[in-house]
Parts: sequence; structure tokens; C-alpha cells
Amino acid sequence: MTAVQEPRTSTFDDNDQKPVGFGRMLRKEDPRLLRGRGRFTDDVQLPGMLHLAILRSPFAHARVVSVDTSAAEAAPGIRAVVTGAKLAELGLAWMPTLSNDVQAVLATDKVRFQGQEVAFVVADDRYSARDALELIDVEYEVLDPVIDVRQALAPGAPLIRDDLDGKTDNHCFDWETGDADATAAVFARADVVVQQDIVYPRVHPAPMETCGAVADFDAVEGKLKLWSTTQAPHAHRTLYAIVAGLPEHKIQVIAPDIGGGFGNKVPIYPGYVCAIVGSIVTGKPVKWMEDRSENLISTGFARDYIMRGEIAATRDGKILAIRTNVLADHGAFNGTAAPVKYPAGFFGVFTGSYDLEAAYCSMTAVYTNKAPGGVAYACSFRITEAVYLVERIVDCLAAELEMDPAELRLKNFIQPDQFPYETKTGWVYDSGNYEPTMRQAMDIAGYAQLRAEQAEKRSRGELMGIGISFFTEAVGAGPRKNMDILGLGMADGCELRVHPTGKAVVRLSVKTQGQGHETTFAQIVAEEIGIPPADIEVVHGDTDQTPFGLGTYGSRSTPVSGAAAALVARKVRDKAQIIASAMLEVTVADLEWVKGSFQVKGDPGKSVTIQQIAMRAHGAGDLPEGIEGGLEAQICYNPSNLTYPHGAYICVVDIDPGTAQVKVRRFIAVDDCGTRINPMIIEGQVHGGLTDGVGMALMEMIAFDEDGNCLGASLMDYLIPTALEVPDWETGYTVTPSPHHPIGAKGVGESATVGSPPAIVNAVVDALKPYGVRHADMPLTPSRVWDAMRGRATPPI
Amino acid sequence: MQVPAPFEYERATSVDQAIGLLERLGSSARLVAGGHSLLPMMKLRLATFDYLIDINPLHAELGYIRVGAGEVRIGALTRHRELLESDELAAAFPIFRDAERVIADPVVRNRGTLGGSLCQADPSEDLSAVCTTLDASCVIRGPGGAERVVSMGEFHVGPYETAVGDGEMLTEVRLPVRPGGGSAYVKVERRAGDWAVVSAGAAVWLAPDGTIADARVGLAAVGPNTTGIPEISAALRGREPAEKLYEQAGAIAARSCDPATDQRGSADYKRHLADELTRRTLRTAVARARS
Repeated sequence: MTAVQEPRTSTFDDNDQKPVGFGRMLRKEDPRLLRGRGRFTDDVQLPGMLHLAILRSPFAHARVVSVDTSAAEAAPGIRAVVTGAKLAELGLAWMPTLSNDVQAVLATDKVRFQGQEVAFVVADDRYSARDALELIDVEYEVLDPVIDVRQALAPGAPLIRDDLDGKTDNHCFDWETGDADATAAVFARADVVVQQDIVYPRVHPAPMETCGAVADFDAVEGKLKLWSTTQAPHAHRTLYAIVAGLPEHKIQVIAPDIGGGFGNKVPIYPGYVCAIVGSIVTGKPVKWMEDRSENLISTGFARDYIMRGEIAATRDGKILAIRTNVLADHGAFNGTAAPVKYPAGFFGVFTGSYDLEAAYCSMTAVYTNKAPGGVAYACSFRITEAVYLVERIVDCLAAELEMDPAELRLKNFIQPDQFPYETKTGWVYDSGNYEPTMRQAMDIAGYAQLRAEQAEKRSRGELMGIGISFFTEAVGAGPRKNMDILGLGMADGCELRVHPTGKAVVRLSVKTQGQGHETTFAQIVAEEIGIPPADIEVVHGDTDQTPFGLGTYGSRSTPVSGAAAALVARKVRDKAQIIASAMLEVTVADLEWVKGSFQVKGDPGKSVTIQQIAMRAHGAGDLPEGIEGGLEAQICYNPSNLTYPHGAYICVVDIDPGTAQVKVRRFIAVDDCGTRINPMIIEGQVHGGLTDGVGMALMEMIAFDEDGNCLGASLMDYLIPTALEVPDWETGYTVTPSPHHPIGAKGVGESATVGSPPAIVNAVVDALKPYGVRHADMPLTPSRVWDAMRGRATPPI
Repeated sequence: MQVPAPFEYERATSVDQAIGLLERLGSSARLVAGGHSLLPMMKLRLATFDYLIDINPLHAELGYIRVGAGEVRIGALTRHRELLESDELAAAFPIFRDAERVIADPVVRNRGTLGGSLCQADPSEDLSAVCTTLDASCVIRGPGGAERVVSMGEFHVGPYETAVGDGEMLTEVRLPVRPGGGSAYVKVERRAGDWAVVSAGAAVWLAPDGTIADARVGLAAVGPNTTGIPEISAALRGREPAEKLYEQAGAIAARSCDPATDQRGSADYKRHLADELTRRTLRTAVARARS
């Protein structure tokens, strides 16, 4: 047995000091979650509750000829069997997706991917519901599927979306950014041009908790109460109002504890709508929880970009321009969760952290007979793909120039005095200071020594690789002038109420899926008004209890709602200052804020605490002229820009030359997410994201056979990494605050997932240099690495 | 929650009572021991049985490792964890501990059994490769206490198919102990706990003069069942252990196996691994036999 290693630094030393504001403290939600006292959707039990199970298509593409439900309806314990035809009668057979496409709730005409919803059963218990699915007789006329994305637009390809008027092909959308002509001109005069085809295969967020809902429609009150696994309860409520025609004030969406989201719980899935319909039809509460296979085959995937990257540079290593062409597989329905004006999400940041003369991207998205989605899987709206592209192609350039990849990056960074920096694709990076971050990562790694060790090992035939990635993220969507989801601006509300005894409740529009909001937001408020985090209750996830906002994804909670929480606390503090001035009989200008109390300038003996002020605000006696009683405020925060965290990651791998197995020996992650609220939570986020990155780089992929059968329908087939595949993470940080965020925080939730895959792939490719390998696509399973060693590297799709 | 089709469940009270139930219920009944292969298959509705007979109550009767002078006998209900932790077994056959360290995860090892592993007859299954390598024989008990003993080659009759008939039960695995022995097991997997891409076991027995008296290699995941390769044994017998010899054995392994391309790897890669892992395990087995 290996002894449990003590943490390298005693990072838990100050846990019990309970900072009043920023600093390390244990998570307030953990006692509940660690003791099994969390309350997840599947824990919701209501009197008379029924259970719903969904019949799914076994085929990727087939016409639904007939559906016979008579045997299922006659089975014991069955309360309702609903088909697409029945939903069509209610006008509910189709629903809008988050990208203004439509998606079938239950198939009426055709099934368009394996696992698509065809019918549902509501029964007294989960077992009866599942058994009854076997009794539904569906006659299918099997059609040729479109599985190979490269053939989706070929003449004569089967038409998937014949439900759309006038649709004659599988084209989904075209999109471009940057200046094609200017970029072509730079490429034409460049000393060196490198081109590389790069695939980011389809992966799945695979949260530990699958998706589900409990719907309870009260016919007398006309009110729908819906517990569901949603990262965006308010946005969902509005969309249900639009889809189902229920008045919005009669819909209450509750996101209880959520067991991981990673973007998988942003969309509205047919199952949620089925649960609502099931409750309306039966008059009883109805629970739907998908099983693991259903989650993997039918809910939002991520990535699936086939990219051609080109980079132009001078012979001495000045990067001039980057150009890319992307073929995007969006599955059967365009369910991408991204702001309306950004059909490719924020892929436009593929220019990376470098000062370029020109950049251009053209993209074609297509429909295929695969599950819909294209969700943010911890990727800040496609930035994972963008960062992978630029960091891979920069490494290809380094190889071409025979230049050290760290040196090449350092030579081309946007310099501190260039911020705010507008990229050639129109993104305005708010702040950054890249070189110290990069140098710190190299120092922790012992970069020069690692290169020396590598040279020595290579001389003995051993395979060791060092991979670097440097990323700039764009998070915190977003300014409402140009960012909305289906017409809903991406601003966030926040409310703060201080009770008479000086305890407080803060109500958020965002919702944690494990990120630690109940702690982080209490700390943000604590930092501003000096009430200890333990005295601040964080309420979130229930639309009847919280102000409107767009939810938690794309690392937006801290950049958007975190700003709202800080600003609402400052509003409360401003009011507290007026009350304090009356209490101390001085002018407002004579007071200064010393965290937790106002004191008279130059007379520290004369002060009142926030708690005393709170009691005065609610107590007897007059308040200053024009001041209402109570101590509370609300706000809706509209960010003026995104925030742009950055980071430098270095990965060291060893490859067994005999078996081609990759071992990640070391991983150094230096993150700059601006102001750090709770370093322990940040490190936890980074550790999780890095582990995710190991999974995507080395093992994860949702594959299909030629008939469109999903080959990743269980966690036996779709591998996610364990503790045994990851090293002891070595983390560091720099702090470059965001200039426009009230506390300078930038968000960190997805940085590690975005930044780590290219570092790992670059390390593997670096290790394989003696074999002449310049590129190999993920997932780098032993078999695929072995192919690369033999000069037979092939794309995974 | 993944839900299996309805089934009846009965806990066994003795081996003979369980066999009596199997005889009466025929192929609609199945024994469940650790259940870590059977229950997922039932939940995914890849397998459905009307009856499950739970033999876990028979652990006292069928869970044992008895190391004798000429033979090791292991009860069919002996759990992975017991195989992993037995120092006596590791001393006689280090290949067991090698294999158990890379089989699934602690949760599965706490529950899964030797008999269940062999009866599942998965071509990628590690203990089947171990037993093939060690030239094990399997004791199958039928109605009325009748016992028959079959070799591993006879026991596995195809993927997921064994010689155990309706109304029969695997009760014990016997492993011959010979002097001068050493053994080893290596597995290549995409991730800890995954099924093997390919795995190999090797056992050698050295004569007093240091030459190879006998040797066996067993491979998993490269054919319809775990494969013993007699040609390797023939090539190694009577020879001095040496790298050249292992290379020769590896080459035989590569050309004798019959892997298929799947999500775990290409057939070419698996064939390469058959070679590479055969050499590695022979090297270790010889080193252990010498020490």
C-alpha cells in the first residue's frame, strides 16, 4: 500500500481562520454533500408521484411508419403512453433549440439519430415504466444515414432535415470571421507557412448525475413546479413559457443540488418536456431520470470540429497570421448553446495569445445522423477547439523552424502595454501579462533541465516529451448589446438582504453544479460588507426565490454574477454609510470603511459595525431624511466586456516504446484568473479541468459505426480518466485583474479543460519526434500512438 | 437507473441445492456470484434470465485457496481480493498477484470471483489467461454430486461459452505445482480498470541445469477465447533462457493469435502487443524462476 501523500504545501493551514472575504476556506456546501445530505433531482419524492421512461430509436435514420401502444397501455401499472402523434395534437411535438433550430420532442415523421425519443410511458414505478417500453411496437423504414461528416454535403447524400421547409441538403450554417484578403496577402509574403489538419473529436461531458426532472402541474392553481437538472433555471422557465404556452409567473423551475454539469445541463431536453406533459396528462407529479446510456447517447455532446490550420511566420519566428477552415458536425438538430450572434461560439479567439498581423476563419456546419448538441463542455463556447488549434499549429511551426516551442511563444506574446488588445477577429482582450505566467510555469517545471533530461533519454532510445500550451480564454458572456440566448440578454440579477441581526441572504441568478457558489459568493459579499461568510446564506436555483439571470456555464458565474454580487453589496454598503453617519452624527464624507464597520476619520474609537447598522436600519427611531427602512438592494449587472483569463501549462510524458502507452509524469499549470476569491476552490477547479484534459487527450471519444450506432453508450466503452491516470498536479498563479470587473476577477471554471489537451498532445508529439511525427490526433490511445510511431497516424474520424 | 427485466431470485443454501435448482430450471436460470459482469448485462438488457440463483451464501464452502505439495486448489467462489492478498498463492504463482493488481478496481475485486470470471468466458478476461497459462483444470459438479474435471482448453468452448452444462456448476480450479517455476502477467489497457487491449501471462519451469523444462504462454483479447500457444511451449522446452529465445516466442505469439480491430485498438497493434508482452512476461517469469 502506498501511504497517502501529504499536500506539497500546507494549503489547508488557514482553513479555519475563516476569512471575512477572500482567502482559503472550506466549502460551505461540503458538509451537506459529503454526508449524503444533498438533495438532487432524483431525491425529490412527492405524494402520488409517477415515473416516466422514454422509448428511443435503435436506428440513426429511419421513417416512423407506425407506433402501436396498445399492449403497453394494457400493461399493469401504466398510466399513460404518449407518442409523437399525440404530442403533435397538443402542438408540442417540436421545440426550439438554443440555436433557433427546432428539435423533435418525440419523433413524428422520422428518427434522425440513434437514441432519439420516440414515445414515453408513465407508470406507477420505474420498473413498470421501463418494462412497458418493450411492449411498444414501432415499425421503422430504415433509411441510409449520414455518419461521415465529410460526406454530409456530397451530392446525393440522404436528406436529414426534410422537416424544414425547402431544405434540400444537410447544410446547417456558414460562418466566417477576420479578413480573408488581408490574411491571404500576409500568407503570400511570409517566409514560412505551415499547414496541419487537426481533429477535435466528439466528446461527452458525462456528468456523474445524469439529466432528469420532476414535474408537478397543479391543475387548480394552473401552476407548474419543475425540479430539473438545469444550469440555467431562469432561461429554462422563459423557454417553457414560450414552448408550452404556460404563463411565466405560473412556472417555477427549481434546480436542486446538481451532480456536475459541464455544459451538459444547459439545453432543454425532450425528457424535461415529456415530464411536464406527463404530469399535465396524468394530473400527478411525474419523475424522469435518464440512465447512463441515455445520457451518453442522446444528450449534448461537445466539439466534433474538423479543422485545417495554417500559420504564417518569418524565418526568425515572428508569427504573422493564422488561417483556418472548419467543418463542424452539429448532429441531427442544431442544439448548440451559444449566444445568437455567435453560431460557432467564441471560436474567433483562435488567434490565441499572439500579436498577429492578420487572421481569418471560415466554417461550414452540417447536419449528420448523430445526437444533437454542440454544448459547451467546459469550453467557454468553443474556445477549447480554438485554443487546441492555435496551440497545436504553433507547435507545428516550432518544429518547422527548429525552434524551442517556449521560445517561439515568448517571442510572439501580446505585450502588457498593448492591452486592451483588439485581435484581428475583433475580440478585445481586457488585460494580460503573459511572460511572467509563462516564466513561472517554466521555473516550476525546471524547463531547461527537462530538455537536458530529454536529450539524454533520447540518446538511449527512451521516449520523453515536453508539451506546452499557453491559452487566453474569453469568459463571462456577455455584454447584452451583442450577446443573448434566444433573445434573452446575458445579464445577471442579484439581491442582497441584511437581516436585523446582521446576518444576510444573497440571492443569485446563477446556479452551482459543484463550483462552490455557496462559498464563493458568500466570500464576495463578505469582502464588500464585512459580514463573515458563515453569516451569509446563498440562495440559488429556484426561480421563485431568485432574480432573473442566464445561468452558470461558460465560466460566467464569477465574471457576471460575481460582479453583480459585489456591486449589490456596495449598494447596501452605501446605504449603510448614510445610516452610520446619522448614528455617529457626522457627515457621510467624514466616515471611512474599515472592513465590517464605518468609523469616523481620524477617530477610530468612534465607529459602528455593519451589524449595528443593520439593527438600526430595521429598528426603532428615525432614519436620515429620504432613507427607507431595511438594509437591502438589488441589481442587474450587464458586463461591459468579457474577461480574458490566461494560463501557461507544461506537460511531461513518458511513452513506453514497446507498448506505446503514454504516462503523464508531470503537469504544471500556472493560471491567471485575475483576483482570486478562494484559492482552494480555484485549485479544485483546475485539478478537475486538468483531469478532464487527460481524458480528452488520451482516451475519450464518442465514436459511431457506419450505421450510426453509438459506440460510447456506457462508461465501459466511453472512458473517463481515474486518479491513476493523472499525476500530482503542480499549480501556480499570477494575478492580472480585469480592469472592468468590480473586483478584478476573471473566472476560472474552464481554463484547465481548455488549456490542458494541447499541452498533453504537444508532449506526446514531442516525445515521438525521433519517429518523425509532427501531429497525431486525439484520443492518443496506445493503439493510435503506435500507429503514429509507424508513420501511420490517422484522424479518429 | 438502468433497470433489468423482471426475474426471480433465490439464495442457495448448498452446492447440491443450487445444482438441483439449476437442473430443474434449465437455461432460464443463471448462477450469480460477484455479479459484476452479469448484472450490467442484465441492466442493459443484453441478457435476460427468469431466475437468478445467488451462490454468495456458499462462500464458506467454495471460497478457499489450498496450497498443497503438487497442486493448488482454489474454490470457485474465491474472490479477486482473496487471490490478490494470498501470500501463499503469490509465492507459488506470482502471476496471480500480477493479474489481480490490474483487474478492474477494488469494488469489483471485493465481490468478483474466480469461478465467475472463468464462467463468463470473456475473451479479454484476465484470470482465464492466468489459468490457461498455468495449465489449470476445472472441476465441474453435476446432479447427484457427480464431478468431472476438464482442462482450460476444454472448459472454454467459445466466446462467452463454457463446458458447464445446464444443471452443472464450476466448483474448483486446480493448478499443478512443479519445481523450478516462475510466472508473470502483463496487461496493456487504455485506462486503469479497463478490459485488456491485450494481456499476456507466462509460466516457466527451469530444470536444475538452468534450461527451460517447460513453459507456457496465455494471451487474452486476441481471439475467441484466451489462448494457450503450444508452439511456444515446444520452441522453449530444453532451451537456455535468452533474449533471442523470447523474441522467437514473441514472433510465434504474434502470428498464432487472431485479434480483431475494435475501440481498444487495431488488429495490427494487438498482434504487436502479443509479441511484445510475450517477451516481457517470459523475461520476468524466468527471472522469478531463478530467484
